[in-house]
Amino acid sequence: MDLSYSAEYEAFRVEVAKFLAASWPLQGKEAELAGDQKAARFRGRAIAAGYLARSVPKRYGGSEQASDVLKAQIIREEFFRARAPGDLAGIGPSMLVPTLLEKGAEWQKEKFIGPTIRGEIVWCQGYSEPGSGSDLASLQTRAEIVAGEWVINGQKIWTSGAHVADYMFCLCRTEREAPKHAGISYLLLSMKQPGIEVRPLRQMTGAADFNEVFFSDARTPADWIVGKRGEGWIVSRTTLKHERNMIGDAANTVVMFEGLVALARRTLRDGRPAIDDPGIRQRLVQVEGYVRSHQYSGYRQLTKAVKAQDPGRIGLMNKLVSTNLGQEMAKLALDLVGDDGMLEPSERRLGAPRENGQWIGQFMWSLGSAVAGGTANIQRNVIGERGLGLPRDAAAQRS
Amino acid sequence: MNFDLTEEQELLQDTVRQFASNICTPKRRRAIFDGPDGHDTELWRGLLELGLGAIAVPDEFGGAGLELLDLALAAEVLGAGAVPGPFLGHSLAGLALLYAGSDAQKKTWLPKLASGKTLGTVAFAEGEGRWQPEDWTLAGGATITGSKAHVPFGAHADLFVVGTRGGGLALCERGARGLAVEPLPGIDRTRRIAELRLADTPCELLPAGPAAAARVRDAALVLLAADAFGGSAQLLDLSVEYAKTRQQFGVTIGSFQGLKHQLATMAVEVEPARGLYWYAAHAFDHVAAESERSAALAKAHLTQVYMQIARDAVEAHGGIGFTWECDVQIYFKRAMFDRAFLGTPGAHRERAAALAGW
Repeated sequence: MDLSYSAEYEAFRVEVAKFLAASWPLQGKEAELAGDQKAARFRGRAIAAGYLARSVPKRYGGSEQASDVLKAQIIREEFFRARAPGDLAGIGPSMLVPTLLEKGAEWQKEKFIGPTIRGEIVWCQGYSEPGSGSDLASLQTRAEIVAGEWVINGQKIWTSGAHVADYMFCLCRTEREAPKHAGISYLLLSMKQPGIEVRPLRQMTGAADFNEVFFSDARTPADWIVGKRGEGWIVSRTTLKHERNMIGDAANTVVMFEGLVALARRTLRDGRPAIDDPGIRQRLVQVEGYVRSHQYSGYRQLTKAVKAQDPGRIGLMNKLVSTNLGQEMAKLALDLVGDDGMLEPSERRLGAPRENGQWIGQFMWSLGSAVAGGTANIQRNVIGERGLGLPRDAAAQRS
Repeated sequence: MNFDLTEEQELLQDTVRQFASNICTPKRRRAIFDGPDGHDTELWRGLLELGLGAIAVPDEFGGAGLELLDLALAAEVLGAGAVPGPFLGHSLAGLALLYAGSDAQKKTWLPKLASGKTLGTVAFAEGEGRWQPEDWTLAGGATITGSKAHVPFGAHADLFVVGTRGGGLALCERGARGLAVEPLPGIDRTRRIAELRLADTPCELLPAGPAAAARVRDAALVLLAADAFGGSAQLLDLSVEYAKTRQQFGVTIGSFQGLKHQLATMAVEVEPARGLYWYAAHAFDHVAAESERSAALAKAHLTQVYMQIARDAVEAHGGIGFTWECDVQIYFKRAMFDRAFLGTPGAHRERAAALAGW
C-alpha cells in the first residue's frame, strides 16, 4: 500500500505542471478574449500536448494517447489545481463521442467528434419520455423513412440543454413489429428545424435546465443512424474502455465536506460557532465516515483499474453512494444555515453570506442528482440483481 | 499509487479463511458459543500455528515483523468467521510490549506471546465509559491496587497489560499476590470478558508506557474496525444467500423489491467502508499525523455500520433470524462487543472532532 506516485509519474506531473504554468491563464492579448474563447484556445493546446481528449484518435481531433488511468488522474489533479479548463463536460463529449468511436460510421466520426470535443457544437440526449422513465425501452417516439429520410414524431422529456443544443442523439421506435428492445434505433438529428419545439421545464429550484421536446414531422437524413436499424438499445448501452474517472467524484465529495465544515465554523448557535455544538460535531464526523469511505474506495478502484482488475460490485454502487452523501451533507447544511433556510437559493440575499444560498440550492439539487440518470431505487435494483445476484422481480421479467 | 493488498496479504487472508472454514465450522463455533468456558484451546493452538500470534512481532523475537495492516487483515477474516478466541487481547498485549517494553521485557515476553506459550490480554476499562489512557486511575508502582472491567479472556490469560494513571502500562502475571479474576456475563460468547481485581499486586511498569499507550489504543481501534468490516460483509452474504434460497408465494424472496432494496442498502453501507480500516492501518505505520484520528474514525464508523447491519440481517432472515439457533445472533453480539469495547462510536466521533481541531 503506497499512496504516492512512482518517479516516472511524478516526472509526468512536473511536465504537466510546467505546461500549465506556461499556458494558463492565457497571457497578453489572449487574456482579453471572452471566457469560452479562452477556454477553447487553451483546450486546443492541451490536446496538442496530449493532455486532453486522450482517448480520441488524432484524425478526429483528439490526442490519441495510450490509456493510462494514473496519467489521466494526474492531469485532472494538476488541471484542477491550476483551475485550467479540462475535457469538456456535457453529454456530447461524455456520451456521444465514446458511442461514435465504438459504433459510429466513419463519416459520422469525422463530421461530429472534432467539433464536439472542441465545444463548437452542443448536443442533447433524447432518451426519456413521459411514459418511459425507468422503463426506458418502452419508449414510443416513432421514426420512419419517408422519401429517403427519417421522419420523427413523438415527445421527449427531461432533455437537459435542449434549448441550447445544436443536435440531439435520440432513441426512436423504428421497427413496429419487433419486440420492445429490438425495435429501437439510435438517430442523430439537428435541433434547428421547424419540426422541433422545445419547451423549458422549470425545476423546483426555480431554474430551467431541462426541457420537453416535441417532434412533429422532424426530419433527419437516412444515414444519420448509429449502428443498424433496431440496434439502438445496444448502441445506447455501449460501455467503453476509456479512462474512467474513478476518484474525481469522491474528490468533489471531499471538497463539499470541507465546505460543510467551514459552514459549521462560521455559523453561530447561541452566540458560539455551531461546530462547538456536540450534536453538530457528531453529525459532521458521522458524515465524514462516509466521505472518507468513498474517497478510499475511489483509491482502491483506481488501483484496480491500473492493474486492469475488476473492482467488483463496488462499481455499481458509486452513484448511489455519491448521491446519498450529497443529500446527507445538504440536510446537515440546512440545519446549520438555520433561519436562512426560509430563503430562496438566490445570491441576492440581504446580509447573508453567499454560500448559504448555495447550500439551499444543494438541498434541492441533491434530489435532482438522486433521480437523474437512474433513480436511487433503480440503482438498488441494479446493485441487488447485478451486484448481489438476486433474481429479477417477476413483473420486470415479463416485459 | 497503490491502495490494494499485496499477493502476500491476500494469501494471508486466504490461509486464515481456509483454516476458519475447515476447522472452525459452524458446529464447533456453536459449541464454543454455548459452552461454559468459551475458550477452545485446540482452535487457538491452530491459529497460533498459522502464525497469528506472531504477525506484528519483530523477527528477532520470533515473529513475522509485519505491520498493523497485516494484523488487521487477519482480524477481518476472523471477524467474518466470527471465530471465537483471544486474538484481540493477545495481539494488543504483544503490541503494548513492543511499543512500551524495555529490551529485557521484550526479550522475556515477546517470543512467548508470538508462540502463544503465554496468553496475553489487556486490562483498560474502568467503567462508565472510561477506556482511554487519560481516563485510567490505577496508580502504577511496585504494586498495583484496583480493578479493571471487560478484560478479554481475563479468566484464561497468563499475562495482563494493565492501564495505569497518566497513561502508563504495567505487567501483572496470573498467580501473583492479590490478583483475582471474576468472569463477567459478556454478551459476546465468542470473546469472553472478565473483571480483573488487583490488591497490592506486584507489577512491572513498561518504561515507555505513557508514550505508547495511545498507540496501543489506536491499534486496538483498527483491529475492532477490521473485525466489524469482516462481520458486516459476512452478514450481508448470509442475508443474500437466505434471500436466494427461501421461497414464498412460489418464488425466491430475493426477487421481491422490498427485500432486494434492503439488501442493496446493506451492501452500500458495507462495501465502500473497507478502505476506512485499510487506510487507518496504513496510516498507523506510515502517516503519523493521521494515525490517531483515522483509527478513531474507522472504529466509530465501522462498528456502527456493523451494529446496524446485524439488525438488518436479523430482519432479512425473518423469524428464524430472531432465534438462538440462527448464527446471525453470534455476529449480532460480536457487533455489540466491537461497538462498546474501547468506547462507543459517539465517544470516538467526539475524539475525531477534537483531533481535527474543531
